[in-house]
Amino acid sequence: MPFDPVILWTDALIYLLVIIVVSFAWHVRNDEHLLAPWRRVTHSASGMSALTVLFFFVTIGLLDTAHFRLALDHKNSQGETVYSVEVLSLLDVLVTPLRNNVEKTYSAPLATHLYSKETIDLPDGSRIRTFARLEFGGAHLQNPEIEHQADIQWRILIGIGYGLIFWGFLVASLCLILARRCQQNFLQCLNTIWRRKTEVPWHAILITLAIILSLIGATYMLATNYHVLGTDKVGQDVLYQSLKSIRIALIIGTLTTLIMLPFALLLGIMAGYFRGWIDDVIQYTYTTLNSIPSVLLIAAAVLMMQVYIETHPELFETIAARADLRLLFLCIILGITSWTGLCRLLRGETLKLREMEYIQAAHAFGVSHWRIITRHILPNVMHIVLIATVMDFSGLVLAEAVLSYVGVGVDPSMISFGTMINAARLEMAREPMVWWALMSAFGFMLTLVLSANLFADAVQNALDPRVQTLTHKYKILRRSQKNSLTPSKQANTLNHSTNRPKRDS
Amino acid sequence: MSELLEIDNLETILHTGDAPVHAVDGLSLTISKGETFALLGESGCGKSMTALSIMRLLPDVGEILAGSIKINGQDLLQLPETNMRTIRGKHISMIFQEPMLSLNPVLTIAEQINEVLTRHFNLTSEACQKRIVELLDQVGIPDASRRMHDYSFQFSGGMKQRAMIAMALAGEPQLLIADEPTTALDVTIQAQVLELMRQIQQRNHMAILLITHDLGVVSEMAQRIAVMYAGEIVELATRENFFANPAHPYSKQLFASLPEKQKRDQPLAVISGNVPSLTQTFVGCRFADRCDHAMERCHQLPPQWETMVTGHQVRCHLYSNSETQRASHQSTQLRLGLEENTQAEVISSSTNTTLLKVDNLKVHFPIRRGLFKRVVGQVKAVDGLSLTIHSGKTLALVGESGCGKTTVGKSILQLISPTEGSVRFKNQELIGLEREALRQMRSEFQFVFQDPYSSLNPRMRIIEILSEGMDALNVTATHEPDHKKNPTAFPREKAIDALLQQVGLPLETKWRYPHEFSGGQRQRIAIARALAVNPKLLICDEPTSALDISVQAQILNLLNSLQNNLGLAFLFITHNIAVVEYLADDIAVMYLGRIVERGQIDEVTSNPKHPYTQALLSAVPHINQKEEKNVIRLKGDMPSPAKPPSGCHFHPRCPHVMSACKESYPQPSTFSSTHTTHCFLYTQEHHSSDHEH
Repeated sequence: MPFDPVILWTDALIYLLVIIVVSFAWHVRNDEHLLAPWRRVTHSASGMSALTVLFFFVTIGLLDTAHFRLALDHKNSQGETVYSVEVLSLLDVLVTPLRNNVEKTYSAPLATHLYSKETIDLPDGSRIRTFARLEFGGAHLQNPEIEHQADIQWRILIGIGYGLIFWGFLVASLCLILARRCQQNFLQCLNTIWRRKTEVPWHAILITLAIILSLIGATYMLATNYHVLGTDKVGQDVLYQSLKSIRIALIIGTLTTLIMLPFALLLGIMAGYFRGWIDDVIQYTYTTLNSIPSVLLIAAAVLMMQVYIETHPELFETIAARADLRLLFLCIILGITSWTGLCRLLRGETLKLREMEYIQAAHAFGVSHWRIITRHILPNVMHIVLIATVMDFSGLVLAEAVLSYVGVGVDPSMISFGTMINAARLEMAREPMVWWALMSAFGFMLTLVLSANLFADAVQNALDPRVQTLTHKYKILRRSQKNSLTPSKQANTLNHSTNRPKRDS
Repeated sequence: MSELLEIDNLETILHTGDAPVHAVDGLSLTISKGETFALLGESGCGKSMTALSIMRLLPDVGEILAGSIKINGQDLLQLPETNMRTIRGKHISMIFQEPMLSLNPVLTIAEQINEVLTRHFNLTSEACQKRIVELLDQVGIPDASRRMHDYSFQFSGGMKQRAMIAMALAGEPQLLIADEPTTALDVTIQAQVLELMRQIQQRNHMAILLITHDLGVVSEMAQRIAVMYAGEIVELATRENFFANPAHPYSKQLFASLPEKQKRDQPLAVISGNVPSLTQTFVGCRFADRCDHAMERCHQLPPQWETMVTGHQVRCHLYSNSETQRASHQSTQLRLGLEENTQAEVISSSTNTTLLKVDNLKVHFPIRRGLFKRVVGQVKAVDGLSLTIHSGKTLALVGESGCGKTTVGKSILQLISPTEGSVRFKNQELIGLEREALRQMRSEFQFVFQDPYSSLNPRMRIIEILSEGMDALNVTATHEPDHKKNPTAFPREKAIDALLQQVGLPLETKWRYPHEFSGGQRQRIAIARALAVNPKLLICDEPTSALDISVQAQILNLLNSLQNNLGLAFLFITHNIAVVEYLADDIAVMYLGRIVERGQIDEVTSNPKHPYTQALLSAVPHINQKEEKNVIRLKGDMPSPAKPPSGCHFHPRCPHVMSACKESYPQPSTFSSTHTTHCFLYTQEHHSSDHEH
């Protein structure tokens, strides 16, 4: 075999997560009544654009999750294949030039020369201090000063062109599929999409796709010969670092939540539902946990873990396995320290819900506690869970950055947004400033978190049957032409959609 | 009389959803100075939107399209917002339905009234304080100079509504808009507030626009009445004309669907269908689809105003023809409700076995204070209560809010564990039963809750809601005991179909979510859920108090037919005396955790013995009453159950209080085998059993 698959701990958990998501999707697909609210998700333009963006992020994350070790050329004494100690991912292979084209030190995005002057020995023996040419960035140019601008513009145009051609191909195939499904001809179908008449906002999805694909095209054309986002202190390509960081961000955002959720859900709902001494115990636990500075707790745990790893090198085959275990442990410790906020929210909501009459009705039927919790309370707190999870996502990605700053974050051999931001601390203090590493970390994180937020918003709107009736109220008003008659209105919280009389209890 | 308020052709729409809702559609009315004008209608017909349009306080989505609203000849719709602020409070002021929500909890009452005074008058701060005391005195708040510095949560419900009225009066308005001012209050408090409004009106010569759905309140207060239906006024009359001779079929139907003593043993008339959606454009008469007299013309032409007699106008095609036709139509009988109910066979009227016996039930909630949560007192929600329900009969438990009615219901079901006493169901003691043993019994008694909006889980479909009880208690189809062994999915779904049919809902509704239903439909679902496990006893906690009159009639008919067909027994917990008189066989009157009087319904309602029962019955506003009614007005509010008065709980408010009342709780006095009361006015029974009351 030319490679040896490696499944790291976090990989296994991600595969598990994927399996859960896929089987859930399968379950929903087969149930018409469960499917209906999810169909409503696909009707939100912002949600679907966000999903398109997320799709690319998740694809990169998944590509980076498929790890393996390549076989080396020589065999060992028993004739078995020997595999490299370096663990690679599919992403690494796909972007090999980015990984391998390492410069000496900092270079600005799309630059042909280094960012700082250095002393160069000329062939005639003399020395000059100048900006040295890059080893890979713009190496194909004979005369960078003249050709540089034109070359970049040309490549961008070609890249966008490629992107748009591919996009056109996608549009055409989409139209063909839709046309076949709706028994229309191709042009009619294109027309309905263009005039935004479709139920699923294809126009929004296609516009997002057009932007992303032309960006990818341009980047692809440039990346073969330039460092699109510059290089860092040791000359590594920042674009490559950013791409690698996506997986870490996704892992910290999702796995931590996955670890935290059972604690928060179970304990929060139990505290609110059972009251009494159970409530007291849970409350004291999270109040105590909350009053310990979380950074301190995490630092202590991670340092202990670090010592353990260093004293047991025999447990880890590769550096990647070691770094990965540390990442997993970081997720766990972040999860254990961050469940308190959600737990408190859920306890409060459950306290409110348990007095609702439908819970009382369930009690009157002798429904078991477990069933009441899972069938009545859990679905009614899911919106809080969803919001808290997404809000935490960005917070956790940032927490990782903070921890890396303290030195207890991910393994130094791992590239993450945290380590990039941490490195930027010194880069920003330099003169002239190195801004691109921070900018690209910022850009990628912003896109990721924003699209996750927008998508979660759409999901929440579609899944909450009560919100469904409320959203109509907030539609933008059409102003009447009779403005002279229109009295100014004051905000009034009168709820007239459910115009019911409230009478005494 | 000169006109104070003239509304001409008012059109208000709400931009909600896909199509605008025509909440008010071409409404015209006039109110004279010093007059009480009642706007009567069911929920969703645009009453409140009319009021808010007059105040120009519409919600953001609302918009006045056309019309004019003139007060003293000045068109409010042409005024800029700054001028409008001098109108609000000074010329027109408004009191709202929920006194609890209309007062700001972080400001004292004085501060809130002061806000109005500083806005509209140039008063010094001393004059302001004086005026506030004066206002609070006027609305009958005792010890006003001290109480004015209290916060709203220190006031009771009735006091809050009084404070609200004082605030509305602060600007000395010419018109007071009262939007369901007493709906959230108890009958005895309602009587106090209505009396107060009448006094103030006479004293200040102020006009009142009273918005309500309660025919009783209208008959007590109003001079002129407008009946509103689907955004427009359909009938306009003086009180005498309206109550003597309601003209519009809708008004007639409303009267017919009121539960009354005389209508016992017959189903109430129901208005078929629902209030039409106001998003559509109407071609003919808006009521045509639900009207029993609907003619061809009703569906094609909107009816015009027809004058019956002076001051009595109606918008109906029935009256546009000659006199003879009118007479013939008026004599036509109103169609009586659900057909199938009339021939309902009576199964269990003869059986008179005791189903449930509650003896000396006590539910005390400890009040805990301090660091170690020491028990510093007890809220005695239920304090030594005994009652008996026979199978197939209805016992009504009547009392004001806060007297512990609901707690009784819940503690019978063991949702709240009682402190003391015994609850025996079919001679099986329920108190102290293990959870699992109790679960076996649970299918025998079920609960129907008050608020149909919070009693159904919004995230479960109807089929899931209905099958939950069956799953939990392992019961299968209602009338198919042979399926008991194989509870497969198929008979389960069949059973649910049968249930939905039983409560009169279409079968396809089982796939929907609760929010897609109206209040009445939700209450039907709640009843179906309780019926799913074939109970023998249904405890109904104010099942109709959140519903409109016509919907209430539907639910009462449903309950009646269920009792006849299935032989159910009901414990009917309510504060609505009219419903009790219509539905109940026995009645128990509850005051502050204890039953003060009980007996058969006729005995108690025609000859109430306990002063509280007398006051309660007299406070109920009745339609077609004689001119002079002797309403016994109770002083103050119900005391807190945490500190009940010594002796007879009722003595601080009792008009016949004696010294003995303050010392010990009276023993029962018996008038017939069923009718007993606890009062010192009557001869005391000295039986040996010494209940520690």
